[in-house]
Amino acid sequence: MPRDTLTGSRIRERRGIKGVRQADLARQVGISPSYLNLIEHNRRRIGGKLLVDIAEVLGVEPQMLTEGAEAALIATLREAAAGAGVAITETDRAEELAGRFPGWAEALAWSHRRIASLERTVETLSDRLTHDPRLAASLHEVLSTAAAIRSTASILAETGELEPEWRDRFHRNLNEDSVRLADSSKALVNYLDENEAGEEHRGAPQEEVEAFMMANGHHFPALEAGSATPEEIVATAPELTGRAAREVTRAVLDQYAADAAAMPLAAFGREVQSVGVDPLALASAFDVDLPAVFRRVAALPEDVLPGEVGLVVCDASGSILFRKAVTGFALPRYGEACPLWPLFTALNRPLVPIRRRVSQQGRTAVEFDCLAVAWPDGQPGFERDPLYRSIMLILPVRPGDGDGAVLVQPVGSTCRVCPRTGCGARREPSILSDGL
Amino acid sequence: MGRHVLLIEDEANISEAIRFLLTREGWNVDTHADGSDAVELIRAARPDLVILDVMLPGKSGMDILRELRESDGLRDLPVLMLTARGQSRDREMAEKAGVSRFMTKPFSNAEVLTAVRDLHAQASRP
Repeated sequence: MPRDTLTGSRIRERRGIKGVRQADLARQVGISPSYLNLIEHNRRRIGGKLLVDIAEVLGVEPQMLTEGAEAALIATLREAAAGAGVAITETDRAEELAGRFPGWAEALAWSHRRIASLERTVETLSDRLTHDPRLAASLHEVLSTAAAIRSTASILAETGELEPEWRDRFHRNLNEDSVRLADSSKALVNYLDENEAGEEHRGAPQEEVEAFMMANGHHFPALEAGSATPEEIVATAPELTGRAAREVTRAVLDQYAADAAAMPLAAFGREVQSVGVDPLALASAFDVDLPAVFRRVAALPEDVLPGEVGLVVCDASGSILFRKAVTGFALPRYGEACPLWPLFTALNRPLVPIRRRVSQQGRTAVEFDCLAVAWPDGQPGFERDPLYRSIMLILPVRPGDGDGAVLVQPVGSTCRVCPRTGCGARREPSILSDGL
Repeated sequence: MGRHVLLIEDEANISEAIRFLLTREGWNVDTHADGSDAVELIRAARPDLVILDVMLPGKSGMDILRELRESDGLRDLPVLMLTARGQSRDREMAEKAGVSRFMTKPFSNAEVLTAVRDLHAQASRP
């Protein structure tokens, strides 16, 4: 029996080990106990977000459920070896290592996962420092005042005989700077507190929009049914605190409603079941363009899609306008994405569909089919250049779906956390290696 | 004529502390707090050494440094750069632009004095 047909059995076994009741697990991941029962008896296939959610509740990696413990461990070891640049002859012996020294192998795999998690944290903090002008200005103020205090205090402490005029001046400066430091520190803490609270001062409106879209699973039954308008949904969304975020969300939902009208959910779902996620066939069936199909696929509920999908939209400057994350494909938080993404290749060849199989080095060995196309946004005029946007659908290649003949293009997330060396597209050195 | 340092820094109390330290070391210290006319000032004053803040009103220290390195007679002028932004990216930018020494705030007085002495000694070697 192929490995992935036993996913349900592994879920059942793992649930038993954890002592979680079937009904409790079903409730936590938002499905009925009877449906979970079918999954656990391998009578329903499972993948995408549901698999990730179940794995999270059970405290294991999704791959451990789909391929078994040893396969997941070996894959992680190979990934760790690839990231560390171990010679290929050694990498090939990952299986032997896992078999002979399972404890050490687990420890190595844990360290690798921990590093990946810390990489993401560093990326987030580093991007925030680089791109948040308020934070940078606030830190500059604190550090400059600290520098003045340090120099002045040292002079007072270390200079034996100091003329009264200088001494008085330095005491006065010290007093002024200590007040400044107190004020600037307080302002910095207030700013960070506001950010923690997630109120008005998020880094960018797109972050609020993304939080809102994620909270709704990128799917809006009320818009599908026509029982609510985009304005009504935005007006009642507590996540959207800023005016800019509300306006951006409104535009996204207007587009969603138009796509839903052109490709009604029931009919579109049937077509996907029939032809699969084949954008050209779907565009032809509904007489719409490819960007509309990409958006519609990304907005489908999980029970219609065969698996997880991601979506990224950028404008002609390469700035990311919209993103729907997919497991294993790291998207930078504030733009500055890897220029090797097919999303950007498409910008150079507007209206030409681009398909590339890619893999992000240093994170997982997962491959993705990325389908991208750039299109003129709005009506061009005789004396007005068209404004292009590009859209990319990200489809994970499921185990067994891989075609060995397809060239897999290595790409990154963003240069700062990409360990690839000798990359012609690199903009700046990586914090992980000297890649420039 | 004594050794001359031009200190371009908009934080008045940092300027005052550095001026005090270097004056006691025998330097003639001039201070300036604006970036916009800094290059012209350096060109006219011809100091032995420049201490330059990165974040200045009018023009950034990084731009000033680039202009100095493109100017005849100022390409080899020792420049000690001060910044509150200690990120590796800033250091790399400064090194590319031709900085002589890079120092992040908050620094110690001893670090500043050592850097100034070293830079002057290097520049004085035949």
